[in-house]
Amino acid sequence: MSADPAVAAAVAYAHRREWAFVLAATVRVTRDIDLAEECVQDAYARALSSWTASALPANPGAWLTTVARRSAIDLLRRTETLQRKLPLLLEDPIETEPDEIPDDRLRLIFTCCHPGIATEAQVALTLRLLCGLTTAEVARAFLVGETTMAARITRAKKKIAAARIPYRVPSAEDLPARIDAVLTVVHLLFTTGHTAPRGADLVRRDLVERAFDLVRMLRVLLPGDADVAGLLALILLTDSRRATRVAPDGRLLLLAEQDRTRWDRSAISEGVELVRESLRRRPSGRFALMAAIAAVHADAPSFPDTDWREVVALYDLLVRIWPSPVVALNRAVAVGFADGPAAGLAAVDELAAEPQLAGYSYLASSRADFLVRLGRTEEARVSYQEALLLTENEVERDFLSGRLSDLVN
Amino acid sequence: MAQYLVLIYDNEDSWSTASQEAVQQMHKEYMDFGERNAKVVAGGNALHPTNTATSIRGYGSGEFSVTDGPFTETKEALGGYYLIEAVDLDEAIAVAKQVPAFGGVEVRPIRVITQG
Repeated sequence: MSADPAVAAAVAYAHRREWAFVLAATVRVTRDIDLAEECVQDAYARALSSWTASALPANPGAWLTTVARRSAIDLLRRTETLQRKLPLLLEDPIETEPDEIPDDRLRLIFTCCHPGIATEAQVALTLRLLCGLTTAEVARAFLVGETTMAARITRAKKKIAAARIPYRVPSAEDLPARIDAVLTVVHLLFTTGHTAPRGADLVRRDLVERAFDLVRMLRVLLPGDADVAGLLALILLTDSRRATRVAPDGRLLLLAEQDRTRWDRSAISEGVELVRESLRRRPSGRFALMAAIAAVHADAPSFPDTDWREVVALYDLLVRIWPSPVVALNRAVAVGFADGPAAGLAAVDELAAEPQLAGYSYLASSRADFLVRLGRTEEARVSYQEALLLTENEVERDFLSGRLSDLVN
Repeated sequence: MAQYLVLIYDNEDSWSTASQEAVQQMHKEYMDFGERNAKVVAGGNALHPTNTATSIRGYGSGEFSVTDGPFTETKEALGGYYLIEAVDLDEAIAVAKQVPAFGGVEVRPIRVITQG
């Protein structure tokens, strides 16, 4: 069966745009994730053979959902006659009007990001079930073997079924903590894509795009949520620098060296608008504050003209609600620009005993940067070497090697 | 409705070193918990400490090793349990959060073995 290229493209587009919607609506019928996945995959395969380029369905998501739900109901009826013991899984009768198909994507993402599932499995399930990635693609995204990833996903699905993790939007009381868990997963996807922990490329564009898809979906589904607005702002503002982070020769470019005229202005204005909205809720959430810091950078005409006092003040607020050593390190670096390298070095050194930062290359490289500015070249050399030992991203390694050889010359 | 076992893990020293008032307070909290959750609690009890445990391991062909002590020595030991009924894990967690404990609790779904 070789599909018309236009049909194949339409199906691929629908896969990207509608997978979560179709699967979520089908899970509602099957109450069984594996069975729903099978039916949805089958619906996409059927779209390839029955769509024609001249008459593509007006609403591909509704078409796919109807097909997937119908085959789910057929399958369930058949198993029901075979095994009377199975409980009746059908909760509500299937709607004939496409408009009436419920949007269950929130239920699906809350199930995937339930605190009863380990974070790494939450991320894997989200990519698999919300973004429609195959297990092989999820494995590649996190650079683990396919068998390992398959086992991780299977284990998580088994827990959902056995422990009865509900397919439901949490109660108002639990909602803030549960939204935070979802946003943590999306943020983790974004940061993994933005600076890949390992490998030849600094950026994993595929993961960044998936994070965008998910946060934009959440923005549609939870339009009044300040934390969702904050995360979307943070991703927009951070990603607005994408064109300028790597030089044509593949070299890593720091904020100070980036060509600010090439920053994505439309992303920045959308981000800044969202930061304002998100900061209106008090107390401010961590994503809103991180986005506000990114907004200060986006707004600065040049690196030296950055409002470093504002950056430090925002980090002070952030450290209070999110006392992570990594945030404290970023604060220390900002102190170095607001109050000079000696103050920055002192602030960084205060964090040297943090066990969580022990293997963190940015601590060593930030120390080295301040030592260079203080003219303490020999100590700077040692710190750059330490940072080199601690990073596995090749673009970052090249950057650090460059710094080291600059010192010698 | 599904059944869950809520396993209560405490450092056994917490009980033996606690003041009489603290122990009484804990007992009172357990009574309160039982009253508040009477509808969903299907059973439960405290266990004697792990130094009363006997572990029995079968080696097939009718051979057993019987040894003094729990299966695994851990800092926090199983000290009691509740059998509860809940619609789903969220409901079970909501009940489990109310269980008084020096340490913490673990929630495990019960796998119903049907006869037949």
